[in-house]
Amino acid sequence: MLALALYIGWWQVDGPGAPELVAQRPLPLTQMEFRMTDQVGSMVGPTTLLGNPSIVFFGFTYCPDVCPTTLSDISGWLDDLGDGVADMDVVFITVDPERDTVAAMAEYVSYFHPAIQGWSGTLSETARAAAGFRASYEKVATEGDDYTMNHTASVFLFDSEGQFAGTIDYHEPREFAVPKIRRVLTRTEEETS
Amino acid sequence: MKPSITAAVIASCLFIGLPTTTVADSEDVVVENAWARASIGVNRPGAAYMTIRNNGTDSATLVGLETPLSMMPDIHETKTDANGVSSMAPAGDIMIPPGESVSLEPGGLHAMLMRPQIKMVEGETFPLTLNFADGGTLTVDVPILGISARGPEG
Ligand SMILES: [Cu+2]
Repeated sequence: MLALALYIGWWQVDGPGAPELVAQRPLPLTQMEFRMTDQVGSMVGPTTLLGNPSIVFFGFTYCPDVCPTTLSDISGWLDDLGDGVADMDVVFITVDPERDTVAAMAEYVSYFHPAIQGWSGTLSETARAAAGFRASYEKVATEGDDYTMNHTASVFLFDSEGQFAGTIDYHEPREFAVPKIRRVLTRTEEETS
Repeated sequence: MKPSITAAVIASCLFIGLPTTTVADSEDVVVENAWARASIGVNRPGAAYMTIRNNGTDSATLVGLETPLSMMPDIHETKTDANGVSSMAPAGDIMIPPGESVSLEPGGLHAMLMRPQIKMVEGETFPLTLNFADGGTLTVDVPILGISARGPEG
């Protein structure tokens, strides 16, 4: 019975039966490959995040509701964590690089917690990044020749070795989010001491 | 005799029906805690939030928005699916039962301000008119808070 349950678990999570609608775990950062530019113009990629715990999430700056809410939520969590976040990498990756240039990302992140970085890449590098994080996004036309982006709004946590360490759901209350981040920070301290 | 009774019944129904269907509903609607975030330039759509309370005895139906700030204001709803993917779409008409309220708040319903005409500057306010199904309107001044505001208190 247990074997059957395990088998069903495997079949659903990794096997051929994995339905597209079930969120998959991001790869370890060490297995991802993509190149982007951060808000100050430096070349960055998944290996840039190794050595420190990190928080990564996707969005776009033409997003009026979900993205400013996520950036505000994260800014609040970081305020709560205080000095503990000094060595943490917090990265906002745009899914809309056609509008989100390096300059646009730089201005946008400047309104939030100073630890938050803004990364943008080409369309193909954006696709490679999203694939590594198992994130999805889609361009959707709106009224008046405009478009918006549907996108994964979860926040991903990684430890300093780049191992996936958990997800914070969109708009998760601070009392749940902050302890999750703190656990990753504590684990990293134990590993390094 | 019969036809005239029917006519009288119809006439009295119309007379009694008039106040409840065309006057009473949106007059008792109030808006609380309205706020919006400042914008970067005028290319990005904005969003405004508020609580709309119906203190009346009949339901009120919000059917549209108007504001000089935006060419295309509309009520949108953000939804996040089981996979964590967020999307938003026009919410259609919003019915508010008597004695109840509807909250427009981050991650749910919002007044989507598409095609902005004016930059939304922190510290300023802008007028937003709510149009109701009975033809009634309600205009509120929405305070513009910082880009990183989380609620009506900032
Ligand atoms: Cu919207």
